[in-house]
Amino acid sequence: MSALDIAAAVRSGERRATDVLDEHLARIEAGDGDIHAFNLVTADAAREEAEAVDAAVARGDDPGPLAGVPVALKDNMCTRGIPTTCSSKVLEGWRPPYDATVVTRLRAAGAVAVGKTNLDEFAMGSSTENSAFGPTHNPRDLTRVPGGSSGGTAASVAADFTPLGIGSDTGGSIRQPAAFCGVVGMKPTYGAVSRYGLIAFASSLDQIGPFASSVADAAAMFDVIAGPDPRDSTSIRDYAPNASSVLDRGVAGLRVGVIRELSGGAGTVDGLSADVLARTQEAVDALAAAGATVEEISVPSATLGLSAYYLVAPAEASSNLARYDGVRYGLRVDAPTTGEMNTASRTAGFGPEVKRRIMLGTYALSAGYYDAFYGKALKVRTMMLREFAEAYEKVDVLVTPTAPTTAFPLGERTADPMTMYVNDVCTIPSNLTGHPGISVPFGIGEDGLPVGVQVLAPALGDELTFQVASVLEAAAAGGAS
Amino acid sequence: MTDFFAAAATDDTPIEPSLPDGWELVVGLEVHVELDTATKLFCGCANQFGSEPNTNICPTCLGLPGSLPVMNESAVELAMRLGRALGCDVNRSVMARKNYFYPDMPKDFQTTQYDQPTNSDGRVVLGDGFVVGIERAHIEEDTGKSTHVGGGGRINDAEYSLVDYNRAGVPLVEIVSRPDVRTIDHAKAYVEELRGILLATGVSDARMEEGSMRVDANVSVRPHGSAELRTRCEIKNINSVRSLGRAIEYEARRHIDLWTNDGAPDQETRHWDEEGGRTTSGRSKEDADDYRYFQEPDLVPLEPSAETVAAIDAAMPPLPAARRAALLEASGADASAVGIVVERGQDGLAMAAIEAGAEPEKVVTRLVNDLAVDDWSKVEGEAFAELIRMESAGELSATQAKQILGDLVEQGGDPAEHAASRGFEAMDTGELESLVDQLIADHPEEWARFTGSDDGDRKKMQGFFTGQIMKATKGQADGKAVAQLLAQKSS
Ligand SMILES: [Zn+2]
Repeated sequence: MSALDIAAAVRSGERRATDVLDEHLARIEAGDGDIHAFNLVTADAAREEAEAVDAAVARGDDPGPLAGVPVALKDNMCTRGIPTTCSSKVLEGWRPPYDATVVTRLRAAGAVAVGKTNLDEFAMGSSTENSAFGPTHNPRDLTRVPGGSSGGTAASVAADFTPLGIGSDTGGSIRQPAAFCGVVGMKPTYGAVSRYGLIAFASSLDQIGPFASSVADAAAMFDVIAGPDPRDSTSIRDYAPNASSVLDRGVAGLRVGVIRELSGGAGTVDGLSADVLARTQEAVDALAAAGATVEEISVPSATLGLSAYYLVAPAEASSNLARYDGVRYGLRVDAPTTGEMNTASRTAGFGPEVKRRIMLGTYALSAGYYDAFYGKALKVRTMMLREFAEAYEKVDVLVTPTAPTTAFPLGERTADPMTMYVNDVCTIPSNLTGHPGISVPFGIGEDGLPVGVQVLAPALGDELTFQVASVLEAAAAGGAS
Repeated sequence: MTDFFAAAATDDTPIEPSLPDGWELVVGLEVHVELDTATKLFCGCANQFGSEPNTNICPTCLGLPGSLPVMNESAVELAMRLGRALGCDVNRSVMARKNYFYPDMPKDFQTTQYDQPTNSDGRVVLGDGFVVGIERAHIEEDTGKSTHVGGGGRINDAEYSLVDYNRAGVPLVEIVSRPDVRTIDHAKAYVEELRGILLATGVSDARMEEGSMRVDANVSVRPHGSAELRTRCEIKNINSVRSLGRAIEYEARRHIDLWTNDGAPDQETRHWDEEGGRTTSGRSKEDADDYRYFQEPDLVPLEPSAETVAAIDAAMPPLPAARRAALLEASGADASAVGIVVERGQDGLAMAAIEAGAEPEKVVTRLVNDLAVDDWSKVEGEAFAELIRMESAGELSATQAKQILGDLVEQGGDPAEHAASRGFEAMDTGELESLVDQLIADHPEEWARFTGSDDGDRKKMQGFFTGQIMKATKGQADGKAVAQLLAQKSS
């Protein structure tokens, strides 16, 4: 049952939010032992929220557009009084004294948060294998990864544990797991959704977004969480998108661009699998069939995104993660001096991937290396913004694969970080530019696993991404591949 | 209790300590001031000194995971106001992160400004006309405060440490001067002048003893006539203007010793040891920090419009230099006395008294000598002028005038009324003369010594007769009138 159907039923009094909750909790209980989507299921708190929704309905009050819809929260969203770990030992046991803005907005909309989902530690990874609490398994094939870093949320939605889920996307961490798990995942324009209460990985890239089984459900959730927040200085003033209202507009007359360098054309990046490229081409054909014009576009700097990203993101992370020093909260390993205590706590608290990125970022910012690394990455970022701006003069949206391949087997890439990093080659550019992007399931690969196709739009084009995704969703359901 | 009659604070080091011949001092000053805002730089917590530890804190100023900073616009306004008062350009500016680990810094980075500060390229003109260039005046956040308990009282040998985060996130401006200062007196005068500007603009209460104004000095020396900049040391932990002078002198002599003995100072941070009267080495070169500055991604650039800057200029209160010039012109008094009056903020009162007709020079002298008090807000210009007139006219003795000034400080009002209620009626000259005659008759020996040829005796006896008359009149007699009478009688 879709999120919108549940909300309609709860709002009309046809179903009770507590019954909806019990049904989903039972599914989690039965299925999450194999999947491990959740770090923590907060059944009691969820029941209180569901009861509040039922009480509002009984009183005749408006219970909100997502009344009674169970949602999963990535475990890097702060929840008041509820452990928030980032899947890291360094934060084990820490209970935030406040709620993230998205959590507050979802609750105000009547959604019921059922728990905190697994992620790559501090959102650093593409498979949810870098979790201090063990990996999440892909519900479509338990031997495969769910993608990452929002793998827990993607799995929760794919397994129908929750109709909706919240993720965060720094380099593809919503879109790539959405593709791997066969669900819809959307990264909004930077600043469309408040980051207040999202535990930072790379502040200039992080953005919160929705997961759902359908484009319409994802749009409904996006509409609830988007909008300015005085607590986040980077949130966009006066921006109040309404994606739900544009879903039936179609794509007739829309100009669709295909990025040559990310679609198997000349100068294309390595590692894009044939079946994924085939599905992407079919998606483009479907848009053309629906009335869009299609054009190949070259964005040469798109291929530099990966290198720039792996300097910018670790640099910011090295600073953002400095505060986990054992002094105020989280893990403390005692040692004779304060400095040694800091080191011991961080050594014991962080996993290998987090340590790798802190070191990378520290070097990238160091005197003598700054210009060659961080400074150069900023230049690539500027160049990329310019090239994408030029592309969007010619087309309204761009279409690419979401990820180079379908979900890969657990353990296959943990030994070699570079093979893991290339997963994000198609998603990273929009984090560096701050542009919105959505991944929508479009057929399956040779291995029978879902393929995701990505729709990109310029800044503030959030509604447009949903509009186009909606057409692709219908085309996919209509039997393409 | 306030001593209304305390002598004016005098500079305790009136003479410039001289360095060994052939050496010149080069000093740059870095002054941190806490901005006088209601709330902290990035959150709504109170910016308040002296609260119970860890009571003015929230997720943001504790740097809790997920928290974000929001710029305090009134802090930015104060910073720009200060910048303009220092003659700086106000620029588009960005915040940056300065990364290093310290337990009293909640995020383990300080949010500050680096290559794009809010204010740059200004100047401070000292009382004697000497100009100190200002390189920049940038916005940053303060850290918390650590107390290291046990051991040597330092972080790495303490038994345990306590951290108070009330100060974490308090807005600061760091004012960085160019290395223009060549004398200790100028270094001290610069800090005094900055303090005057901070008070005049309402930017900070600038209290060195409470830490709302903190001065670090970059000290180096060089042979006279040389233009080189030699290795400098940054002296921290200077808690008063007096200590600043001592610290610079100590450090300069230390450098000269090293240079003249085939040595060289290390570039390092040193701490002023007030009790020991010396600087001691802080961090060694080995752990010199690389702060890995980069632009703060959680905040947007500050882009003040030309209108904003113009509005700040239009609302700028008169600054100490202009006020000194105005009072100097109006009073014709000594420049250093005028400087003291302006420094105390009493120039408004002085101008009002002069306007009310008081003798200008006397106004300045009286203020300097007799009004070294914290709160003179009840004294009005006209009343002060009237008091001076009454004393000049002999209607009040000097002692009486001081007492009435005390009344004015405490209660305000009119000096004539206070004189009446204290029973200070001007003594009739005839009455005074008969008193003097009586005294001469009662003390023939003393009178003979007064009228004799020994100058010393004469002075002593003048004191004797004046004292006796004051005793007899309970201080109501006018000292000058007494002196005149004694002179008349002896001629
Ligand atoms: Zn605070």
